[in-house]
Amino acid sequence: MTVAAPPVLSVRGLRKAFGAVRALSGVDLEVRAGEVLVLLGENGAGKSTLLKTLSGMHVPDAGEVRIRDKVLPFGNPAASEAAGIVTIYQEFNLVPDLTIAENLFLGQEPHRLGLVDHARMRREATGMLQRVGLAVDPGRKVRELGVAHAQLVEIAKALSRLDRSGGGVLTLDEPTAALADHEIAVLHGLVRDLRQRGQAIIYISHRMAELRAIGDRVTVLRDGASVCSGPLSDLDDDALIRAMVGRDVATLYPDRTPSLGEPVLEVVDLVAPGFGPVTMTVRRGEIVGLAGLMGSGRSRLLRLLYGDESGRGGNVRVAGRELQARQGPAGAVAAGIGLVPEDRKNEGLALGMPVRDNLALASLERHVRAGLLQSEGLSQSAKNLVERLRIRCSSIDQPVGRLSGGNQQKVVLGRWLARGGAVLLLDEPTRGVDVGARAEIYRLMAELAQEGLAIVMVSSDLPEVLGMADRVLVMREGRPAGWMAGDAMTQEAVMRLATGQEVGA
Amino acid sequence: MTTTGVASEMVRGWLQRSMPLVALLLLVVLFSVLSPRFLSLENLANIAVQSSHIGLIAVGMTLVIATGGIDLSVGSVLALSICAAGLAMAPPDAGGAGLDFAWGWGIGLLTGALAGGLNGILISGLGLSPFIATLGMMSIARGVANVMTDGMPVEDMPEAALALGASSVAGVPWSILLWALLAGLGGVVLGRTRLGRYACAMGSNEEALRLAGVRIGPWKTALYVLSGLLSAAAGLVFLGRVSNAQPTAGVGFELDAIAAVVIGGASLMGGRGSMAGTVVGVALMGVLRNGLVLMDVSAFWQQLVIGVVVLVAVLLDRWRTT
Repeated sequence: MTVAAPPVLSVRGLRKAFGAVRALSGVDLEVRAGEVLVLLGENGAGKSTLLKTLSGMHVPDAGEVRIRDKVLPFGNPAASEAAGIVTIYQEFNLVPDLTIAENLFLGQEPHRLGLVDHARMRREATGMLQRVGLAVDPGRKVRELGVAHAQLVEIAKALSRLDRSGGGVLTLDEPTAALADHEIAVLHGLVRDLRQRGQAIIYISHRMAELRAIGDRVTVLRDGASVCSGPLSDLDDDALIRAMVGRDVATLYPDRTPSLGEPVLEVVDLVAPGFGPVTMTVRRGEIVGLAGLMGSGRSRLLRLLYGDESGRGGNVRVAGRELQARQGPAGAVAAGIGLVPEDRKNEGLALGMPVRDNLALASLERHVRAGLLQSEGLSQSAKNLVERLRIRCSSIDQPVGRLSGGNQQKVVLGRWLARGGAVLLLDEPTRGVDVGARAEIYRLMAELAQEGLAIVMVSSDLPEVLGMADRVLVMREGRPAGWMAGDAMTQEAVMRLATGQEVGA
Repeated sequence: MTTTGVASEMVRGWLQRSMPLVALLLLVVLFSVLSPRFLSLENLANIAVQSSHIGLIAVGMTLVIATGGIDLSVGSVLALSICAAGLAMAPPDAGGAGLDFAWGWGIGLLTGALAGGLNGILISGLGLSPFIATLGMMSIARGVANVMTDGMPVEDMPEAALALGASSVAGVPWSILLWALLAGLGGVVLGRTRLGRYACAMGSNEEALRLAGVRIGPWKTALYVLSGLLSAAAGLVFLGRVSNAQPTAGVGFELDAIAAVVIGGASLMGGRGSMAGTVVGVALMGVLRNGLVLMDVSAFWQQLVIGVVVLVAVLLDRWRTT
């Protein structure tokens, strides 16, 4: 690779407006061969508009895109594909009920005498899978694969498209959002390998630690413009966050002086198949963090407490009252527990329904008089919550699916504020939430604890757990590996407990 | 968003809600021009009476479809209900129990509610898909109706038992009054009760509703009970119109009701539906049938036209919601 080689992709002065909304207002970036460019930006900063412009789905108002110094025609998906612009989106484009091989060749099946040549398809598919280090039978259905393997299939498919175009740019849009730690390691290995072989890569992620592990340079987008570009090693996390948010986020985590009240959640010898026993007590005003690797039982503990898995043993008491598992989530809610689930689109929100209805979903019975819902009371309560949580929506009648991830998460939180329980269980409360909204969710958590709520939070984001929790329980292989509090809570200590490595001699 | 954006959004929203109504009015105008007999109070009342039983079934169907479910058994449940009612009311020499008409109606409604309850249990208790559960019930209810009556109509209904289909109060047929009343009540249930809001929430995201601490089973079962109950009520109207209880009654009513709900703007995926839309949908199908008859279009062609209308309604709906 010579220094003088032109960048594989160069974007200059890209602008795009939808009506009065300026989605892109001057984006410049370039990616060179054998380089991973990290693209950072809050939700709504213009990342998806940029990707869609590159892949020919939008025609920009101004600007120029060059691939290996050749100008890319706009609004032409076929030309973009031919030029080698290949994007892997968060939502996979695989057909679950077709086999891996069929998916890899979807739309361009090799055929002989008018019939699909399955033998050839299988043979070539095996080779494609080898390139991404995936040793599975290409005859298996995609449905049977885990998320990580499905993603590798996507990448294998992308690589063959890149080959056909003679190289180009591979874009990965938050590829690790749904992956477990060891799967992330595999993906990172693959990305490094591709970079080694001269592939130009754009990598989008919100996780700081990951960006540092994988990226060479960074371009930060804010309000549709590229505000900062440079080698990652020259910019510290604070600088990146400042560039993204446009102001100092001096304290992402609010200062708290917890005032602990009486115990409100008491768990004794909670067991389930392959889980436990867990004994813990959480007091009013306390935030307990649950850390551990993916699959270590953190989320399962929340689900067991919430009665979402039958067949648990042991005792769970809320505010002194015994809670039976067979009562299910309805029983847990009646006892004063609320859950903010990890997957808010599938488990948290009725996306097509208005903000108001979603906020009231757990407390609808409070608004019934003579069998009828009191719409004024409902609207007033929704308006108060929107104001208190600073939920940005055009009105409480707006379908919740139209809000940004952070605002959606606030709606789920608001549902439990409307009900006013004693214990709040948060599963990955800031996943897919941009930095600005994250700070607001942390502030809200602190406020709720101050008001006497007991909070138990699960998070894969260690700085978040350490920044918010008063105490941390680390889980490992379904068992509690240890508690930590105060100055003893460090990332190293958590990781040591989570992975089971003893302190060296 | 700009003010013009908001304004166009509002116009768009209004159009979305009232497109079925606009289509209905256009049809009325069209048939008024094409046939001099169409636009008379008598004919319009006739359309309403003839639509009332489908209208009643469609009220329950709207609630069920809002959950993302479907009730294919309504036509058979209608037949089963009126056969049960008929056998209760018919004189002993006609093979019945000779009970008072109030008992007959009560037994008919109870039968409908029980069949609906069974649907609900199959769906929310045993986890069958609504399509499968009610497809089974469709056949079971029809079978039971035939077994009970030996496949023959139950005759000699007491005069009072036919009131819902045959008589009027202050010049307005009971069937229209009943439809108006229950459609109004249905609208209140859908929009202003927990049951209705939970129905929409189930259709939108059942898992989210469950994790919000709502026990899905009883609520969902209640909706299928309502659908069965409304089918039975439609049956009593139908019974009054034809004056005997036939085990073959109501064949294909489920498809008319589903078509009306869909024309009214509901989504079969659930989460969306309006009772006013359904009433307009039922009226639109009634006007279409009536108008085609007045224009001497054969029944075969009517079927074809109605099929086309359903398809166009769904296509328009997809266009206006994207």
